[in-house]
Amino acid sequence: MASKRIGKQTVKIESPVSIAATAAIAGPKEGDGPLRLYFDMIIEDEMWGEKSWEKAESKIVKETFSRLLSKADKTTGEIDYVIAGDLLNQCIAANFGLRDSEIPFFGVFGACSTIAESMQLGTMLIDGGYADNVVALTSSHFCSAEKQFRFPLELGTQRPPTSQWTVTGSGAVLLTNQGSGPYITYLTTGKIVDMGIKDANNMGAAMAPAAVDTIATHFKDTGLPIDYYDLIVTGDLGLVGKTICADLLKRHGFDISDRYNDCGVMIFDCKRQDVHSGGSGCACSATVFAGFIYQEMMKGNLNRVLFVPTGALMSTTSTQQGESIPAIAHAVSVERDLSS
Amino acid sequence: MYNIMTKKEYEKYAEKIAPKSNIVRNTARAFVVGGLICVVGQIITNFLKSKGYDMDDTSNLTALIMILIGIIFTGLNVYDELGRFAGAGSIVPITGFANSIVSPAMEFKSEGFIMGVGAKMFVIAGPVLVYGISASVVIGIIYYLLNF
Amino acid sequence: MMQNTFMTYLGAFIVGGIICAIGQILIDKTKLTSARILVLFVTTGAVLGGLGIYEKIVQIGGAGATVPLTGFGYNLVKGTMKEINQHGLLGAFTGGVKAAAAGITAAVFFGYLASVAFTPKAKR
Repeated sequence: MASKRIGKQTVKIESPVSIAATAAIAGPKEGDGPLRLYFDMIIEDEMWGEKSWEKAESKIVKETFSRLLSKADKTTGEIDYVIAGDLLNQCIAANFGLRDSEIPFFGVFGACSTIAESMQLGTMLIDGGYADNVVALTSSHFCSAEKQFRFPLELGTQRPPTSQWTVTGSGAVLLTNQGSGPYITYLTTGKIVDMGIKDANNMGAAMAPAAVDTIATHFKDTGLPIDYYDLIVTGDLGLVGKTICADLLKRHGFDISDRYNDCGVMIFDCKRQDVHSGGSGCACSATVFAGFIYQEMMKGNLNRVLFVPTGALMSTTSTQQGESIPAIAHAVSVERDLSS
Repeated sequence: MYNIMTKKEYEKYAEKIAPKSNIVRNTARAFVVGGLICVVGQIITNFLKSKGYDMDDTSNLTALIMILIGIIFTGLNVYDELGRFAGAGSIVPITGFANSIVSPAMEFKSEGFIMGVGAKMFVIAGPVLVYGISASVVIGIIYYLLNF
Repeated sequence: MMQNTFMTYLGAFIVGGIICAIGQILIDKTKLTSARILVLFVTTGAVLGGLGIYEKIVQIGGAGATVPLTGFGYNLVKGTMKEINQHGLLGAFTGGVKAAAAGITAAVFFGYLASVAFTPKAKR
């Protein structure tokens, strides 16, 4: 077995890979939510001066990327790879947003778990000695996602109570081998889990089993106790999925409820903002991590965080063909100090 | 894999945890808003009749005006808000049919006026016409066979 | 006369309200999307029209029965049957759309104009 693998799905990062900087841009609804003070910028309207929702999302990607570089005081020449993705077909938000960046680019898709996928791959690139600085970035946009996955914005429909609200925004993380923390220490890569949920308006229930599997596997592979972490945070399970995730983990003997939260629940005030079950989208976990979690770690309020973004891997075609929703969750362990 | 349920059991379990739609409240809203939209139609009908229009012209003009109302409310970005409140109360009336034509046309304007507006206009209304017209042809043929 | 006018409004409100309420129960109970609801209603209206049942609902509800999409289906079938009476089997292919021509044409034409003039706004 490869020397850095500890268990079936987990790798231990030997060399210090740290998060040098983060950047997050959020939309107006997110900017009205409980985490508003943690975003670098809040755009005042979803179109942001562009001609289409897709162009607006690309612009958010581009601006988030340049904010990240300026916050980290890096030039594009110092970045070895960008690993990015989004929800639009063929990942056009990332492709178009980064087309002028002149940096080697990996486009990835893991639905709403993409930020974890790109952080994991970036960390492995650095730990493997293939890169010094890697940017992981994802975006989503409420309007472009509704247009692609659901209905036109002006169609008079009701959203069922289990539905979630796609977060408008983009979050980016700069991974480096030269920083002084917070460090990425373990990566648990998820398997595709499909428990047969077909309702595209209940993605929390579709994704929760994937999160359960990845979190349980993480603790089994690493042998760490649950209270090793101050916070275990899933990506965008929302209120429904969060309840299921906590309950199922407890039945497996992992009671995480006193240190568990979900980015989709954190980013909105679910009652006041009429988002039903909470937030979702690639930008949900990305902006919450780049905004809230990273800043709280830098302040010392959080020391060890298990970050577990979740993704629903369906398309409009598979939904129309009556397929169930496969889901995935990847865990990234982030620690302020290297203990051992 | 960490799993203690079959897919069937999980579906039931997830169903139990998911919050339910408030059917009583939703149905009451649909009833009131749908009823009121129909009253608007009746006001138009009564008005046209009082102006001396015959049955056919009255029904055509009423449909035309109701559709125009649905389209204008959609264009002014308020029909979706009405739909959020009323659900089927604003989907089922013919104003909702108009809404289903204009909303994708507006949305896909960014893809051009032929394949955007022109084609996407019918993503929801197209099936309505297909099934409505086909049903009328089938029923017409049956009617013909039974009566002639 | 006043009494009569009021009764037409009451009939429209109740019949239209009930038809929409049925739609809402279907949405909440079956998770049908609005597109499927619309198709279901237009087809149901056509069938009830063919059976002669919808005519009676229209007599009670007036616009309450003709404004919902079931009324659109009923109108298609009514036109079809009328044309068949006059022109024979060809009427099955000419009557429906002829009767619904004003509605369909208005929806397409005004819909086009509106989509040129207006742009969608993000929901909050």
